[in-house]
Amino acid sequence: MSFITRGFSGRGRERDDRLPPGQTLVGDFPVLSAGPTPDIDTADWAFTIRTESGVDHTWTWDEFMALPIEDVTTDIHCVTHWSKLGTGWRGVALDTLFEGVDTDYGYTMAHSYGGYTTNVPLEDLLDGKAWVAFEFDGEPLDPEHGGPARLLVPHLYFWKSAKWVRGLTMMEEDEPGFWEQNGYHLRGDPWKEERYW
Amino acid sequence: MTGHLDGNALAGPLADFFSFDITTTTGRCNACGTVAEFARAMVYMSGAGTVVRCATCDHVLAVLVDTGERAWIDLAGVSAIEVRR
Amino acid sequence: MSADGIAAPPGASPLAAIRAVPRAGWHVATVAATHRETPNASRIELDVDGWPGNAAGQHLDVRLTAPDAYTATRSYSIASSGDSTRVVLAVDKLPDGEVSPFLVDDLRAGDQLEVHGPLGAFFVWRPAVESGDDRPVQLIAGGSGVVPLYAMAHAHADASDPTPFRLLYSVRTPRDVYFADEWRALAAASAPLQVDLVYTRQAPDDWPAPPGRITREALEAAVIPAAERPRVYVCGSTGFVERVADWLVGLGHAPGDIRTERYGGT
Repeated sequence: MSFITRGFSGRGRERDDRLPPGQTLVGDFPVLSAGPTPDIDTADWAFTIRTESGVDHTWTWDEFMALPIEDVTTDIHCVTHWSKLGTGWRGVALDTLFEGVDTDYGYTMAHSYGGYTTNVPLEDLLDGKAWVAFEFDGEPLDPEHGGPARLLVPHLYFWKSAKWVRGLTMMEEDEPGFWEQNGYHLRGDPWKEERYW
Repeated sequence: MTGHLDGNALAGPLADFFSFDITTTTGRCNACGTVAEFARAMVYMSGAGTVVRCATCDHVLAVLVDTGERAWIDLAGVSAIEVRR
Repeated sequence: MSADGIAAPPGASPLAAIRAVPRAGWHVATVAATHRETPNASRIELDVDGWPGNAAGQHLDVRLTAPDAYTATRSYSIASSGDSTRVVLAVDKLPDGEVSPFLVDDLRAGDQLEVHGPLGAFFVWRPAVESGDDRPVQLIAGGSGVVPLYAMAHAHADASDPTPFRLLYSVRTPRDVYFADEWRALAAASAPLQVDLVYTRQAPDDWPAPPGRITREALEAAVIPAAERPRVYVCGSTGFVERVADWLVGLGHAPGDIRTERYGGT
């Protein structure tokens, strides 16, 4: 790129060695939106894990809030090149949700209110790597940021952390979700810069 | 920005790929059957990609992901489009 | 629109006759002049090398490139139209914006930037002799949404087009009116134009109505009635456009007669 507009530098971009390649630090929390923001009352909310046997494991909001809750401080990395360090969340670990789930399948499709989907291998959800989060920075999760609850898979690019999540469907094979069908990487590891196919 | 734009906003992002103006092109929504110009669709622009939804039923008509070097254009939500030169 | 089946003007090639607007391309633009339009906005005149001309109501994308190759691209409506390679923008400064504060406050004559356009053939107005459509035209603007509508009114006056035009312009205060002098000149031109202003924050001292957001009743009183089948162009923020379009449909305007352009972004 040889063309430069005099005096233009854009918004501040910082480097930090906690940042994966190609990422820059932001202070705010940009919103990435593929559709209207769903308005979900916690009274109507439920989270369901569906397995190959057709068995549904479902939690209502009250049942979900009665599960062990964890505080999580983590960095998040969006594929659109911004990262945010040390963000604070509260949520229920996927390990907790999968405790009573019997499945031989190795892949999941996360489904959201509003129709969004994203695929995540089961091993990326277990062993303390992922949560269903309902608080950000000590406040109930704003609908704009995925409230009442969103998936939080911070070691993958943030599009995997599905907003307005309502459940997971077990899959035998890895199949692409919404963005993954349209150029985005099936797994999305920021440290390997797995942005696109 | 959480709101959507009109399909007019597709003119720039898609000008590099089509030899016609996408905004005056009509398409039929695969979900509800509405036939309308793309200019009348709802467009959600984010850094990740551009999502075009039917203004009548919200169904995803099209998705554009453009990295600068490569682009993906998904028109799976529309059946035949009518191009006006 | 080309689909209206209008005969080609004499001398035009068949392709030119059916192509409603010039093809878009990337061009280098040099800033010819920039000045304050309102306390919060600048009018920017660009000389665009190779610009093919544009229809009234079209937009372009501005791309800025930083020394480290970082780029930012934003869409702006064009306030001018016709064959000229001089392209006029009027840009409102968004408080948290990345591009608009630079364009409004920092850009100066001689600077260069890249533009992509002209873009969009839907939200455009063409003289009745070209389009064959002589139905009256209602323009409805919220804030800086007036820019493409100004281009339409200007083209209408330039063509001495007999189509009745009416503009309803919602603006915060008298100082925020874009093209204030030009509107007076256009209203006095031979092409029929009536301008109605609504002030949302502060009205002139002698203004008959207190400042406030436009109401459905005020809209109904100030727009061409649905019975006259006007073509309606609405441009403004998402909320403004949504409210106005809903009211218009409620007042009996056919959705197909209403063309909208929402703006957002930074």
